[in-house]
Amino acid sequence: MKIPIYMDHHATTPVDPRVLEAMLPYFGVEFGNAASKSHVFGWRAEEAVEAARAEVAAIVGATAREIVFTSGATESDNLAVKGVAQFHQGRGRHLVTCQTEHKAVLDSMHALERQGFEVTFLPVGSDGRLDPGALERALRPDTILVSVMAANNETGVLQPVEEIGRITRERGVLFHCDAVQAVGRVPFDVERANVDLASLSAHKLYGPKGVGALYVRRKPRARLIAQMDGGGHERGLRSGTLNVPGIVGFGKACALAAAELPAESARLLALRERLRRGIDAAVDRVTVNGSLEHRLPGNLNVSFAWVEGEALMMAMKDVAVSSGSACTSASLEPSYVLRAMGVPDDLAHSSIRFGLGRFNTEEEVDWVVELLGRKVKKLRDLSPLAEMAREGIDPSSVAWDHR
Amino acid sequence: MAYSEKLLDHYENPRNVGTLDKEAPDVGTGLVGAPACGDVMRLQIKVNGEGVIEEARFKTFGCGSAIASSSLVTEWVKGRTVEAALAISNREVAAELELPPVKVHCSVLAEDAIKAAVADWRRKQGGATGAEDAAAPAAPGGADGGPRRP
Repeated sequence: MKIPIYMDHHATTPVDPRVLEAMLPYFGVEFGNAASKSHVFGWRAEEAVEAARAEVAAIVGATAREIVFTSGATESDNLAVKGVAQFHQGRGRHLVTCQTEHKAVLDSMHALERQGFEVTFLPVGSDGRLDPGALERALRPDTILVSVMAANNETGVLQPVEEIGRITRERGVLFHCDAVQAVGRVPFDVERANVDLASLSAHKLYGPKGVGALYVRRKPRARLIAQMDGGGHERGLRSGTLNVPGIVGFGKACALAAAELPAESARLLALRERLRRGIDAAVDRVTVNGSLEHRLPGNLNVSFAWVEGEALMMAMKDVAVSSGSACTSASLEPSYVLRAMGVPDDLAHSSIRFGLGRFNTEEEVDWVVELLGRKVKKLRDLSPLAEMAREGIDPSSVAWDHR
Repeated sequence: MAYSEKLLDHYENPRNVGTLDKEAPDVGTGLVGAPACGDVMRLQIKVNGEGVIEEARFKTFGCGSAIASSSLVTEWVKGRTVEAALAISNREVAAELELPPVKVHCSVLAEDAIKAAVADWRRKQGGATGAEDAAAPAAPGGADGGPRRP
């Protein structure tokens, strides 16, 4: 077993060696510009890009012509949200999204608000899920876009995208889905979910960083305005010379993820449950944040009462995880995702996100559980809140100074 | 974020962890911060007849920098008079541990904890001076009314 152990696969994933191998020629002899139509260097680059486009399309049940390559999911989210709003603003200026979306969607929405658009930010339940009924009630005659993610990056909670897609299709509203965390981890199909636009990222599924895609439906056509002007690449939706090696890697990563998904998601679910049960046996007062049932197989987001998340991460410095604690952020506010779910701030500060992935093993999980048990105990011995709890003092009865 | 050797040492081997009898007349307890803010620091001092701090104990819920800051001030206040302890500033704590800017609030909390513990002790001595808002376990808060967060 190699130390340190990586369990932060929602942040990024390592490039699969098979993906790297597929990419390497495109840094070397196959260096052509895919937009060069006049010689063999360009033709071969274009051929590789189109093969990758078909592989990326296949993993979401789309056709190759519906895939627009971008620099990553942040760009895809911006292009979808702002591009649709700008195209359809004559028809309406209202958009609907969810409070637990990724910042790339939320901040694009905020940018539109500053331009005079109106945005409804729907709440989620304590399980982290959006109520499709509430979404339906939020739609208005001037609503032009709904943007809801497939799986949350912090909690792994899966949103009811198929129900949302049924509603938006019926009401004639475009549906954008940030599918970054879901694709390659759980089945995601743009036809089944009636998704009109979907953001994808290569580096979340063992592909390289710096490349992503936006799925743009052709039938019925989702129309939007490009956010990058230039040579008219990607059917005019995203100008800029294509990142050929990155796109080739993205294609290979999608092909591998699609082929291995059924076996891999079952393996990850078993590993995640081993982690969860192990923690439950080793430590008391642990709560899982968000629905366990509707959740990515490799995700576990848990709060350890009376222990601050960043202190726990420091204690487990050989394990790469992340925390909803605010202690490293300038805002000093804990995770907005956990807050939106109604997780109390103290428990949000005590949260740890585990993201298991392709190369994690049972041995690693067992090692982490053992370490975690010892470190949580050590930090609770240091914690005045644990002592107060043992003495029967309810922390909520104390007049804390919240300045 | 890279932490200093001193900070990591205090975090991994915290000094003077524990609890003094908060009812004892010679013990002052300061409880500052709030669970919702992600930091709670409890500092206790035991003061002798000469006004010298003989013992100090802490318990902290907070990040590594908060734990290290409180561990450090327990070492610093021991052997000092209460007046000298009150002279410890958050800047000295931040400098000693080389706290990065986002962690400076941890040192502010440590300074507040000293002030709150001294105020509680003074109140018990009956010679309360400006200690009406002193921190006690049931009513925490900085004694000086200064800003908790930079």
